[in-house]
Amino acid sequence: MEFLHPESLCESQSHYCPGCGHGIVHRLVAEVIDELGIREKTIATAPVGCAVMFYDYMKFDIIECAHGRSPAVATGIKRMLPDRIVFTYQGDGDLAAIGTAETIHAANRGENITVIFVNNAIYGMTGGQMAPTTLLGQYTTTTPGGRGKHQEGGPIRVCELLSNLDGVSYLERTSVSSPKDVIVAKRAIKKAFENQMDGKGYSLVEVLSMCPTDWKLAPQDAIKFVNDEMKKTFPLGVFKDR
Amino acid sequence: MGEKILLKGNELLAEAAVRAGCRFFAGYPITPQNEIPEYMSWRLPQSGGVFIQAESELAAINMLFGASATGTRCMTSSSSPGISLKQEGISYITAAELPCVIVNMQRGGPGLGNIRASQADYFQSVKGGGHGDYRLIVLAPGTLQEVYNLTMNAFDYADFWRNPVLILGDGILAQMAEPVEMEPYQPLMQIPARDYVLDGCRGRAPRVIKTLILHPNIGLIVHNEHLQKKYRQIEQAIQLCEEYQTADAEIVIAGYGITGRIAKGAVKMARKKGIKAGLLRPISLWPFPKAVFLKTAETAKQFLVVEMSEGQFVEDVKLAIECRRPVGFLGKGGGWYPTQESILEKIEQMAAQVKGGK
Repeated sequence: MEFLHPESLCESQSHYCPGCGHGIVHRLVAEVIDELGIREKTIATAPVGCAVMFYDYMKFDIIECAHGRSPAVATGIKRMLPDRIVFTYQGDGDLAAIGTAETIHAANRGENITVIFVNNAIYGMTGGQMAPTTLLGQYTTTTPGGRGKHQEGGPIRVCELLSNLDGVSYLERTSVSSPKDVIVAKRAIKKAFENQMDGKGYSLVEVLSMCPTDWKLAPQDAIKFVNDEMKKTFPLGVFKDR
Repeated sequence: MGEKILLKGNELLAEAAVRAGCRFFAGYPITPQNEIPEYMSWRLPQSGGVFIQAESELAAINMLFGASATGTRCMTSSSSPGISLKQEGISYITAAELPCVIVNMQRGGPGLGNIRASQADYFQSVKGGGHGDYRLIVLAPGTLQEVYNLTMNAFDYADFWRNPVLILGDGILAQMAEPVEMEPYQPLMQIPARDYVLDGCRGRAPRVIKTLILHPNIGLIVHNEHLQKKYRQIEQAIQLCEEYQTADAEIVIAGYGITGRIAKGAVKMARKKGIKAGLLRPISLWPFPKAVFLKTAETAKQFLVVEMSEGQFVEDVKLAIECRRPVGFLGKGGGWYPTQESILEKIEQMAAQVKGGK
């Protein structure tokens, strides 16, 4: 089997840190879009966060949104162009803190969009502050004593939170911290796009991902952190499929 | 010939938007503009458009960001506190040079304020409102006929200049009704091809709409220079103002929107009493109709600014006439509005002072 560069992925060098998971997720999204033959009918939103320059790496139409507002922008696009494929690519701060309202209501309306949610439990772009998904006890630049249950509250489990909403079609939490996980993540991403093509409504794939730089861990230790710590708080699996 | 119809200002505005080709509306309930989303909720689907009641003003303006990126004529409406919430999105849309129409039926502020008519969002409307150096084209109708006509024009201005247009109304214009001649929509100008639209990259290179411009040193500076150049062109192209009895006027009243309309009545009353009063009623607030103000300052002895705020518009009047004439002020915030009599009283005081001064 030949290992080809996906057509939907630019051949440019990325700005991501060594050991970051975004590159893997970008590639999975590009492969899926190629396999489904939808590159020329896809419109994506870029978030505010580490993936803000998503458009520098992807070969389809992209609009960069204000922090957290991607689901609203995607709603405007998809409602006017219902036969195109519209997806948001968002991080944890973007999706589950500043954009919580937009996320919940786009899901509740059952917008026929796909959401790729990269959860690395930290604000990477701004230098390692607490995210809504930061683990209890995890050290960040704004939780120097570790995240506390009674001060900062516990991590928000997005798939579990959204699973109650009638408008949601598909929710799965995956990871890119092992080859096996990557294969599962790609299958989930593909399903989330196929759902949209089939008009099934809102689909979200959460991807647990590494941030060695802001976790202050070596890349191999960051992978271990996802597998040993994050997966305990954020169990992998399908939370909704209808 | 158009049909003559009696509608509330809010409903009339919504109907004008649909007739001008608006096919997407997102909004959030707030008094006194609720009839706009209510009207759109049935009227847009009827015309093949999309109406969404958004979860917030933030979401509504960002839904417009998306809809506008597809090349759709789109509109949102709100009232003062809701317009404050939209400012983030307005800054992004202006930076990305996408067209859209925003309606503010102003109410009393600051804070939650009240639901009476007000003109206290003037600074927010004409000076920027959100972050960064940008301008909105701001139109201020004074009659429902103007609400109808300017709403249609707003979509053309927005498309032509690829810039949001704000229709600055107030609770009175929103809630009043009067007969209006509803002429069919006629575009003001030829709209340039929408070569920015995101609709999938079939047969072309992928397009990106973005407002983050990090490229070393010059990127954002160049973009700002480009925007400023566009704003200077808009200033040359749009300066709308009603001039009423200004040729021989000694006291010229400046008022916009509903205030200008009330002031017109006061001018008529003053004229009957032999006082040479006139009126300048700016219809475009940005660009401010500076030329006509400066010209009028050559012949007028005094200006009187009337506005439903504690004094915002008055600053632009002073700037426009370069402080060449004394400028009196009649205004109050919090939901106050002037009567013709209260304006006349002020005119008489000023006329007496001039006489006394001589």
